[in-house]
Amino acid sequence: MTVTTNNPTSEAAPVELVTFTIDGTEVSVPKGTLIIRAAEQAGIQIPRFCDHPLLAPAGACRQCLVEVSMPDREGNVRPMPKPQASCTMTVAPGMIVKTQHTSAVADKAQQGVMELLLMNHPLDCPVCDKGGECPLQNQAMSNGRADSRFTDVKRTFPKPIALSTQILLDRERCVLCQRCTRFSEEIAGDAFIALQDRGAHQQIGRFDEGVLGFAGEPVGPVDRPVGEATNDTSGRPFSSYYSGNTVQICPVGALTGAGYRFRSRPFDLVSTESIAEHDSCGSAIRIDHRRGQVLRRLSGEDPVVNEEWITDKDRFAFTWQSAADRITTPLVRENGELRPASWVEALEIAAAGLTQARQAGGVGVLPGGRLTAEDAFAWSRFARTALGTNDVDQRSRVHSAEEAEFLAHVVAGSGVGVTFGDLEQAPAVLLVGLEAEEEAGITFLRLRKGALGGGAGGRTGGTKVFAVAPYATRGLTRMNGTLLPAAPGTEAEWLTSLTTTLRGGLSPADAPTSDIDTSALAQPGAVILVGERLAGSPGAYAAALGLAEATGARLAWIPRRAGERGGVEAGLLPGLLPGGRPVADPAARAEIAQAWGAEVPETPGRDTAGILAALADGTLGGAIVGGVELADLPDPAAARAALDAAGFVVSLEVRASEVTERADVVLPVAPPVERAGSYWNWEGRVRSFGAALESSALPDHRVLHVLAQHFDVDLQAASPTEAHLSIAMTQRNAWTGDRLTVEAGAPAEPPTIGPGQAVLATWRLQLDAGRGQDGEQFLAGTAKRPVVRMSAATAAGFGAADGDRVAVSTQRGAIEAPAVITDDMVDGVVWLPLNSAGCRVHDTLGAAAGDLVTVTVAERTEGNAR
Amino acid sequence: MTLTPVLTDTWDKDRSWRLATYERAGGYAGLKKALKTEPADLVQAVKDSGLRGRGGAGFPTGMKWGFLPPPDGGPRYLVVNADESEPGTCKDIPLMLASPQHLIEGVAITSYAIGCDHAFIYVRGEVLHVYRRLLNAVEEAYKAGYLGKNILGSGYNLDVTVHAGAGAYICGEETALLDSLEGLRGQPRLKPPFPAVAGLYARPTVVNNVESIASVPAIVAKGADWFSSMGTEKSQGHGLFSLSGHVTRPGQYEAPLGITLRELLDLAGGVRQGHELKFWTPGGSSTPIFTAEHLDVPLDYESVGAAGSMLGTRALQIFDETVCVVRAVSRWTDFYAHESCGKCTPCREGTYWLKQVLHRIEAGEGQDSDLDLLLDLCDNILGRAFCALGDGATSPITSSVQLFREEYQAHIDGHGCPFDPSASALFAYTPKTRTPGALAGAGAGGH
Ligand SMILES: Cc1cc2nc3c(=O)[nH]c(=O)nc-3n(C[C@H](O)[C@H](O)[C@H](O)COP(=O)(O)O)c2cc1C
Ligand code: SF4
Ligand code: SF4
Ligand code: FES
Repeated sequence: MTVTTNNPTSEAAPVELVTFTIDGTEVSVPKGTLIIRAAEQAGIQIPRFCDHPLLAPAGACRQCLVEVSMPDREGNVRPMPKPQASCTMTVAPGMIVKTQHTSAVADKAQQGVMELLLMNHPLDCPVCDKGGECPLQNQAMSNGRADSRFTDVKRTFPKPIALSTQILLDRERCVLCQRCTRFSEEIAGDAFIALQDRGAHQQIGRFDEGVLGFAGEPVGPVDRPVGEATNDTSGRPFSSYYSGNTVQICPVGALTGAGYRFRSRPFDLVSTESIAEHDSCGSAIRIDHRRGQVLRRLSGEDPVVNEEWITDKDRFAFTWQSAADRITTPLVRENGELRPASWVEALEIAAAGLTQARQAGGVGVLPGGRLTAEDAFAWSRFARTALGTNDVDQRSRVHSAEEAEFLAHVVAGSGVGVTFGDLEQAPAVLLVGLEAEEEAGITFLRLRKGALGGGAGGRTGGTKVFAVAPYATRGLTRMNGTLLPAAPGTEAEWLTSLTTTLRGGLSPADAPTSDIDTSALAQPGAVILVGERLAGSPGAYAAALGLAEATGARLAWIPRRAGERGGVEAGLLPGLLPGGRPVADPAARAEIAQAWGAEVPETPGRDTAGILAALADGTLGGAIVGGVELADLPDPAAARAALDAAGFVVSLEVRASEVTERADVVLPVAPPVERAGSYWNWEGRVRSFGAALESSALPDHRVLHVLAQHFDVDLQAASPTEAHLSIAMTQRNAWTGDRLTVEAGAPAEPPTIGPGQAVLATWRLQLDAGRGQDGEQFLAGTAKRPVVRMSAATAAGFGAADGDRVAVSTQRGAIEAPAVITDDMVDGVVWLPLNSAGCRVHDTLGAAAGDLVTVTVAERTEGNAR
Repeated sequence: MTLTPVLTDTWDKDRSWRLATYERAGGYAGLKKALKTEPADLVQAVKDSGLRGRGGAGFPTGMKWGFLPPPDGGPRYLVVNADESEPGTCKDIPLMLASPQHLIEGVAITSYAIGCDHAFIYVRGEVLHVYRRLLNAVEEAYKAGYLGKNILGSGYNLDVTVHAGAGAYICGEETALLDSLEGLRGQPRLKPPFPAVAGLYARPTVVNNVESIASVPAIVAKGADWFSSMGTEKSQGHGLFSLSGHVTRPGQYEAPLGITLRELLDLAGGVRQGHELKFWTPGGSSTPIFTAEHLDVPLDYESVGAAGSMLGTRALQIFDETVCVVRAVSRWTDFYAHESCGKCTPCREGTYWLKQVLHRIEAGEGQDSDLDLLLDLCDNILGRAFCALGDGATSPITSSVQLFREEYQAHIDGHGCPFDPSASALFAYTPKTRTPGALAGAGAGGH
C-alpha cells in the first residue's frame, strides 16, 4: 500500500558533529550526545541502570563509569582524576574515552558498583518476573564479579506494596535507579511514587503523610479509581493511565503488574511486534504469548509514534480477545434460536437473505469503527459492489452530516499530515472536542512533552496548549494548558471568535473571548486537533476549518477508535468513496469503478442514524453489521428497535453482543491478535502488524471476500496480500477533483436552562465499561469512578455540595454519582463520564453532550447537610 | 604565631550577639563603605583579598562571585550555607550564636556586590537556639535599616530569609541545600549547570559558607591588603580553628592560615594532661587523619594537601593514646551511613557495608581478609560516588588502616578491642556492650 509521507518543509539545520575517541576508535557524533549514547553508536555497550534515553540524566546508579581524558587549553590530553558517569557527560572534541573494554579502572569501577548493587539484592531470580530479561541479571554476568564478598546482613522489606490493583512494588529488589519516579514526573506527570527516606533506608514509597508532609486536605471523590489504590504524591488515590510503563522500564523486578506477576518466564514466551487496537494512535506494542495464550503486552519502540510508552489500556487490556463469549463458529437463526452452522451453510443463508433484503429496499451497512484498513476497504467495496448501496457508515457514535463533509474535505486521502513529532514542536496546539489523555492517551504524552519544552530545534519555551472544553481537566493542567471555557454545543463560538481575533479583527461583543492570550495559535506551525465529539456540536467542524484556513494552522482529526481513520480512507461514509472521492462526482465514481471493475451506485447514502431509521420503518430491507456495540450509539434503545425491526441482519463479530441477539446470521471474525492487518492511525500513518497467534479465525476481509462470491463479485481480498494489492489499486492515483465542501450544521438554538436543569457534557474515559477491557479486573480497578462535575454556582443552584450524591436524569432514566465541585467550570453544565460502570449516559439517559438534563440531590454526604 | 581575632573579637563582650554590641565594636562600617562603592569593585576587592571559601573546598570566593552571568533583569540569589554538620566542625554555629551580625553584615555587602535582593540563610535544623538567634538578629538589622527597603538611604533593597533545615548532613552540599530550600528532597543535583548559572529556582546563585561571608565586612572595611597580609602565600587571611577532643582548652581559635597544630595546642593548653597525641583530623571527619608526625604541618590548603590530607573546615579533633582508632573510625562510619542521602550506589550501599565490617572488627569478629576488603571497598567508593559525601566517608577508613593497620589486626587476632573505652572518656563512663549481629536490615520503618 502506498503512503504519502510529508516531507518536512522546514530546513533541517546541519548537525554539528563532534569527533572523539572511544576505546581507540575515532567516532563523530552530533554535538551534545552523551558518552553512553555515542558509545552505542560505536557498538560499545556500557552497563547502566538509571540511564534511559527518554528520561533526563540522573547519574544515580554509577554503573556506567568510564575513564575520560580531555584536552586542556594547550591541547594536551589529560586524564580526569576520577572515572566519569557516561550517562551524564556529553562528548567533547578530542575527548578520549576508555570503557571497561580498554580501561582497568573503568572495569574495576563497574565491577565495584555491581557488587554493591547485588549486595542487598535478594537474588530471588528464580521466582522473579524479570528473571531472564533482567538488566541487573544480565549486566551482573557481563560486568560483575563472579562471587560476592558480602557476608553481612542484607536489607529486607516486607513483601510487596500494592500501589494500585495493577502495580505492585517489591522494595528489596529495587536498585533505586529512579527510572520509575522520573517517568511518572517527567513523562506522565502523575507522580504516584517517590523516593523516600535516605541512605540504605532509601526506598521508593507511596504517599505517606509522615514522609511527604502532606497538608492533610481530604481528597474528594474526584478521579478516585474503582479499586484499591494507595495515595499518590499529592495525596489522591493513585490513578494513572501510564503506570504500566514503570514496570517495563524498571531494570529489575521491583515493579510488577498484577496480571502477569508469577505467571511466566520470559524465555517461555514468544514475542510478536504488533499495533495496539484501543485507540487511533497506532502505538507499537509487543505481544508475548505462551502456547497460544497471550500473557502480556509491552510497549514497542517507535520513536516517531509512541516512543517507548503505551497506555495501561494498550498494555493490559488484551483478554477481551479470548473472552468466554468468543464466537467460534458461524451461527444461523432457526425458529428464533441461533444454532451453529457450517461456513458454507451460513454464507449461503447470509447471501440469500441479503439479496432478498436488497430487493426489499436495500441493505444498510454498519461496519463499526474498529476495522483494519484491509477490512475497511473490503467493507466499502462489498457495500458498493455486492450490495449496490452507499448506505454505509462506520460511525457508531454521535455523528453528523457536517462531520462527514469535514472528513471528506480535510481528512480523506490527505496522507500523513500532522505527526506526533509536529505536536512536540508546535508553538501552540488547540484541542477542540478532544480530551487527549482519555481519548488518545499517547497523544497526551507527546503534547505534554512539547508543553514542557522537550522539543528540540532551539525553541524557547514549550508548546502552548489550549483546550475548548467545559472545564480544565487534570490532563490539561499537567500540560500547563489554558482552558477556553465552552459549554458543549458552543465550541463553534470560540472558534469563530478566534478566527476573528487572530486575524487582527475585533472580537464580536458577545464572543467568549476574554483576556486569554491566544496569539501563539497564529504562529507558523500551530496545530488544531479536533476530536470526533465535534459531531455533536453543530457548526464546530466548519468553524475549526475556518480557523485553520484563516491562521494557516494545521488541522488534524483524532478519532477514538483505531479503525476510523482507515474507514475514512476506504470510504466507509455514505457520501464518500476511497481516497476522498465524493460519491456524487461522476469522475470519482468512474475512477473507483475502474479500480474495482464494477459500477458504483451514484446516490449518496444514509448515515448511521438514517440507516437505523430506515431499518426501523422498513424502508431498508436488512443490514450487515460489523463489531458494533449498540450501547455506543447515541440512542441505543432506538438502535435496538431498528435491528429488531430489520428484515434480515448479518453480523460479523468477534464476541457475542446485542447485535448477535438480533442477527439472523452471525459470521465469526478474528480479533487483531489472531490475524495480520494494518491500522491507519490519526496521523495518516499505516501501521501494519502480523498475527501473533496461530488461528483458524478469519479476518473480515476474507469473510466478505467469500460472501461476495455469492454475489458474483470478486472483492480481491482473499488474503492480506491480495487485500493490500487491491487497496493499492484504488489508491494508485490521488483524487484531484473537487472535494466535498463543509456546510456548517444549523446552530442549535441555545437551550433554555430551567431551574434544576443543566447542559450535559460527557466523554469517554480511557478506562471505562468498554468491552475492550473485559476480563481484566486488575486494570478495571484503576479506572476512575464516575462523578458528576459542576461549578460551585451550578451546584448551589441544585442545592448540592461537594460529595453529595446527585441524580442526573432525563425522561428516560437517571444516573447517580457523587457531585464534584470543579473550579472554573462553565456554569450551567454538568459533566458525566459517557460509558463508565454504573454511568451509561447514552443507554440510561438516552442523551448526548449538549442535551438538557435535570439534576437533583439524591443523598447528602455527612457534614454537607444544611 | 598569635591569634588574630576578627570574627571572634567580640565574643567575650556582654551580650555579644546584640546589634548594639556589634556596632560599638565598629560593626557595619563595611556596609556603609560598600554601599558607596561600585559592586564590581567589591567583587574585585574580595578577589584581591585572596579569601577562599571557608566551607571546606577552599574555592576562591571572589572568583565564585565573578562566575555569575551578567544581570538579565531577573532575580539572583545569595544563599548562605549554615548547615554545619561535619563531625568535629564547630565554627559557624558558635559564630552565629556569639556574633550573628558579622554574618548579616556580610550578607548585606555580598548581596549588594552580586546584585541580589533576596538572600537566604540555610541553618542546620538541629540548632534551634542558633535559628532563633539569627531570626532575632535579622529582625534587629531590619529595624536598624541595615536590611529591608532603601538600606541606609542608598536606594538598595534586600530581604533576608532564615530557613531551618530538617537535619541532614547532605543538605550542606550546596546543590542538595538548594533543592531542600526549594522544598524538594535534599539530594545533590547533577552539575552542570552550576549554581552560578542555574541555582535556586534555576536562577544565578552564589552559595557561600557562613565564615566566608562573615569575613567580607572586615575585608571591605580594612582593605584587601590587610586581609592578605595574614596567612600564607596562597592561603590568605584569618580562619577559625576548632579544637575539640583530648585538649585542655577546647574551642575556636582564630588565627592566620598556616598556623600549626603544635602552635594551636600551645595556645589551647596542650593535649589532655598526662596523655599524648595519637591522631587528629585536620579538617573534620572527612579528611584523612594525621598523627603526631604532622604536628608541624602548616595548616593551610597547600601544606595539608601535600601531607596527604585536606584543610577542610579546620576542625581539629584531637585523640590521645587512650582512643581506639577502630572505634573512632567505626563511629564516623556510622555517621556517614546514617547521613548518606541514598542517591548513588557507591555511597548508599558502600557505607552500609563498611559499617557492618567495622562493627564486626571492633567486636572481635573480623577476619584477616577484612582489612583488604575495607581498603578495596573504599577504593570502589572514592571518586565513584555522586558527591563528596561518599568520598569523605572513605577518608578516615583508608587513612587509619594505612597508619594503624596493626591496631586493626590486633582486634582481629585478639577477637576483641584491646582498649578500655572508659579511659578515653572525659567523664565517668561504663561502656555498653554492643551486641553484634543485632544490626537489623533496613526493613520498612525499621530505623
Ligand atoms: C556532604 C557535604 C556537606 C557539606 N556541608 C557543608 C556545610 O555544612 N557548610 C558549608 O559551608 N559547606 C558545606 N559543604 C560544602 C558546600 O558544598 C560548598 O562547597 C560550600 O558551601 C561553598 O561555600 P564556600 O565557597 O564559602 O566554602 C558540604 C559539602 C558536602 C559534599
Ligand atoms: S522500582 Fe525499579 S525503576 Fe523504580 S527505582 Fe527501583 S529499580 Fe528503579
Ligand atoms: S555520595 Fe551519593 S549517596 Fe552519598 S550523599 Fe552524595 S549523592 Fe548521596
Ligand atoms: S547509568 Fe550512568 S549513573 Fe546510572
